[in-house]
Amino acid sequence: MTRMFEIKRYFAAQLPKIVLAPSGVIILIAIYGFIAWTASISLSSSKVMPIYDFVGLEQFVRLWSTPRWHVAVENLFVFSALYLSIATVFGLFIAILLDQRIRAEGFLRTVFLYPMALSFIVSGVAWKWVLNPGLGLQKMVRDWGWTSFTFDWLVNPKYALYTVVIAAVWQSSGFAMAIFLAGLRGIDNSIIKAAQMEGASQARIYVSVVVPMLRPAFLSVIVLLGQIAIKTFDLTFALTNGGPGGATEMPSMFMFSATFERNQMAVGAASAMMMLAAVVAIMVPYLYTELRKPSNDH
Amino acid sequence: MITKMRRLERYGGRLFVYGCLAVLATLYLVPLWVMLITSFKPLDEIYSGSLIGLPKQITFEAWSKAWSTACIGTNCVGLSPFFLNSLIITIPAVFVSTAIGAINGYTLTKWKFRGADLFFAFMLFGCFLPLQAVLLPIARVLGMLRLSGSTAGLILVHSVYGIAFTTMFFRNYFVSFPDELTKAALVDGAGFFRIFFSIALPTAIPIAVVCCIWQFTSIWNDFLFGVSFSAGGSSPITVALNNVVNVTLGRKQYNVDMAAALIAALPTLIVYVLSGRYFVRGLTAGAVKG
Repeated sequence: MTRMFEIKRYFAAQLPKIVLAPSGVIILIAIYGFIAWTASISLSSSKVMPIYDFVGLEQFVRLWSTPRWHVAVENLFVFSALYLSIATVFGLFIAILLDQRIRAEGFLRTVFLYPMALSFIVSGVAWKWVLNPGLGLQKMVRDWGWTSFTFDWLVNPKYALYTVVIAAVWQSSGFAMAIFLAGLRGIDNSIIKAAQMEGASQARIYVSVVVPMLRPAFLSVIVLLGQIAIKTFDLTFALTNGGPGGATEMPSMFMFSATFERNQMAVGAASAMMMLAAVVAIMVPYLYTELRKPSNDH
Repeated sequence: MITKMRRLERYGGRLFVYGCLAVLATLYLVPLWVMLITSFKPLDEIYSGSLIGLPKQITFEAWSKAWSTACIGTNCVGLSPFFLNSLIITIPAVFVSTAIGAINGYTLTKWKFRGADLFFAFMLFGCFLPLQAVLLPIARVLGMLRLSGSTAGLILVHSVYGIAFTTMFFRNYFVSFPDELTKAALVDGAGFFRIFFSIALPTAIPIAVVCCIWQFTSIWNDFLFGVSFSAGGSSPITVALNNVVNVTLGRKQYNVDMAAALIAALPTLIVYVLSGRYFVRGLTAGAVKG
């Protein structure tokens, strides 16, 4: 009888772990196990099908001597720098504007955020149409009478990457705005009041008091948009499909085509590991500091 | 004099703020506007008319074409079967991942054991994992399970890779849920599941809504899993849309493309307009962790 009771008690004490166990196993396999699996493929000589031999870092050497990969990495840097800075500036600017006790704030917030609810494929398709030189923006301005107006970035290898930036900023600057707005609403009003009493202008208050207090929001925006940038795949797929002539190739697209189209599975796996390394380099320090914060309730 | 200057300054300031907002709002709305009006124009008007002008003649032809006869590859059945696929994939995956997230979040905060935070930290990384790093193994495993190219395979994959996000939502909610309530219930003799179902879960409805909206939009909008693991008839709508747009037979039917894009966007847009507040909460909850 007491034995039964003890077993029951032991079971009750272990129940939380038993409940979490399936998720734990799933995560262990589907995230960490699969990462290890991809890593092992990246060290093999797999082409169409995975072969589990070991060739050392050969595939990484091959990856880094592929010109197409270099283009992809370079594009990623240019894209990320522009996307991060422009989306942050837009997001902050709109958030500050919306923070001025605006009429119809709810409606405006909806307008700035709706692109975030769309699939990247949808926004890629939409922008492809707007930016199309034959019928889109360029033709519209020419029809207005400015006949020499040229805006052919979408099909111009030199500038095609910037069209991806435009679409990406349109899609996710609202996200930056939402984070900044949450940050602005969290700032203690008495500090701003005090500055107003001193006779500082509104612009001055923002530049020297409010914006510096938004440091945590800046960090969140940059880290989160940064990892989105590394993963960017659908948008380029729909907007330019990596073209014209590889001008908008990204690591994520390189990985996809190497693995599924060019029968270079091991090189594809190696490129995936490089992407993983980049995301880890951004996210792990961020998550570490965020999770160590003592104030866990908000 | 000074007060007059001040008033003038403030008036100018307001004008500046509203002016900027109006310009920016217009810019953000242009793509949607262009999609909408283009989808209602006959093809001839698109090739001769202007990008942002209202249609001279409104027609729903492009919409019906996109829905039922547009070609996806060589298969001219329109988007409707793929819309259905997306529903079949999204709805169960949202419910499964949300349910798992709810019980995980509750357990991790109200039944804390040593290592619970570490467990959560390892799980949280799943929110940011570049899926390319697990794409190949998923393809192999789906093959072994004989789920390649099926909607069931996509349901499974989305349910699994949604767990990290849903656990985070519920964990962050239950952290601020008062321990006294669960402790009192414990004293009264309620157990783990009893407390979950009759005390914790009913209070967590708002976060469950946030979680469902988040999962719905991200699974509906997924392309990478869809294009990697589905084949032909089992594709989700994002993949079908991309195929519709890339058909290069004859004169490009931009009106059909735009109608197709809007059909693919409609469910998430409706969810967003109806519950934008929750959507934003999801976004910012996903941003500010811990």
